[in-house]
Amino acid sequence: MPLPFAAENLLPWLAVLALVLVTVLTRSFFLLPHGEPRLPGWLRQGLRHAPVAALLAMVMPEIFLNQGHLPADWRDARLAAVAAALLYHWARRGDVTGTILTGTATLLVLRLGLGWA
Amino acid sequence: MPSLSLPRRRLLPADAAWRSAFARGGRDIAGAALGTVAMGLVTGVAMRNSGLGLELVLAMSLLVFASASQLACLPLIAVGAPLWIIAATAGVLNLRFVVFSVHWRRYFGGHGRGRRMLLSYLAGDPIYARFVQRFPQPAPGGCATPEQQGYFLGLALTNWAAWQAASLAGIFLADAIPTAWGLRFVGVLALLALALPMLVDRAVRCSAAAAAVVALATASWPMGLNVVMAIATAFAVGIWADRRWNQA
Repeated sequence: MPLPFAAENLLPWLAVLALVLVTVLTRSFFLLPHGEPRLPGWLRQGLRHAPVAALLAMVMPEIFLNQGHLPADWRDARLAAVAAALLYHWARRGDVTGTILTGTATLLVLRLGLGWA
Repeated sequence: MPSLSLPRRRLLPADAAWRSAFARGGRDIAGAALGTVAMGLVTGVAMRNSGLGLELVLAMSLLVFASASQLACLPLIAVGAPLWIIAATAGVLNLRFVVFSVHWRRYFGGHGRGRRMLLSYLAGDPIYARFVQRFPQPAPGGCATPEQQGYFLGLALTNWAAWQAASLAGIFLADAIPTAWGLRFVGVLALLALALPMLVDRAVRCSAAAAAVVALATASWPMGLNVVMAIATAFAVGIWADRRWNQA
């Protein structure tokens, strides 16, 4: 009996379903149980260090690596954009919007204006 | 004769504190939402150019709401990789949210399970950073105050709407969007700008620096395992640094 769907058409839909389930389950992981989950002691102790580490870990390779290598030329628009964003952040403590705009403006000027990598 | 009209439900709670907190949340996420828009556009363009069907791509855009795992899994889906590899890749890339969910439990643990799941689903990367800066301490018993609930939804719904609009724009306007300008890097700058105010004391700066170095050193590892290594490093160094500088 022929199946209503060919397997190769069904597979991508199952993959999307899997992505939805994984997203929902990971984000709500410790919110799912009704009772207070019993966490190991080290998890409680180190927990406050995790969020900022996760955010920085995601951006570090994007800032410093180009196809897996450190940039050979210091004239790298991304490095300059990050430097400008950091300077702005330290000058005006904690203004998120300004930090992003300063970095973006630097990136665009150097890439489109000066043709940096 | 009974009235056929449904009981009138307000779209937003009448509580004035809730409303002003909601509006404030929307304003406070506006800067970071620039990064969300950039990543949404990049992800939308990548989805459109992946060769997958439009219906599938639209379903993914509307339902998945996780740019890192979408970008990583698109090529896997396009080449027909086994389902378990796709799920495992997404799982590893989402592992940071498992850790975040412990934090959210402290704020929302006193609410019903359905609400807890909805809130955590909406809580992408930018939300935690902003919310904890405004409310460093959870309310007693994990029952969020009206201010906290309004603020959270102001942040999260604004961010969600920015993501959906940008992702759909990326899908439908894929050819008109100049990705070569470095759009993706605006998302990187946004995450960096959100992370910087979280470096609140010497111990956190110490663990974050160690995590950053480890993330770079293990950047070639597959499936975003370098982020997992960085979080593990932050735990180890953080516990050590807290004992050294923040004797409780």
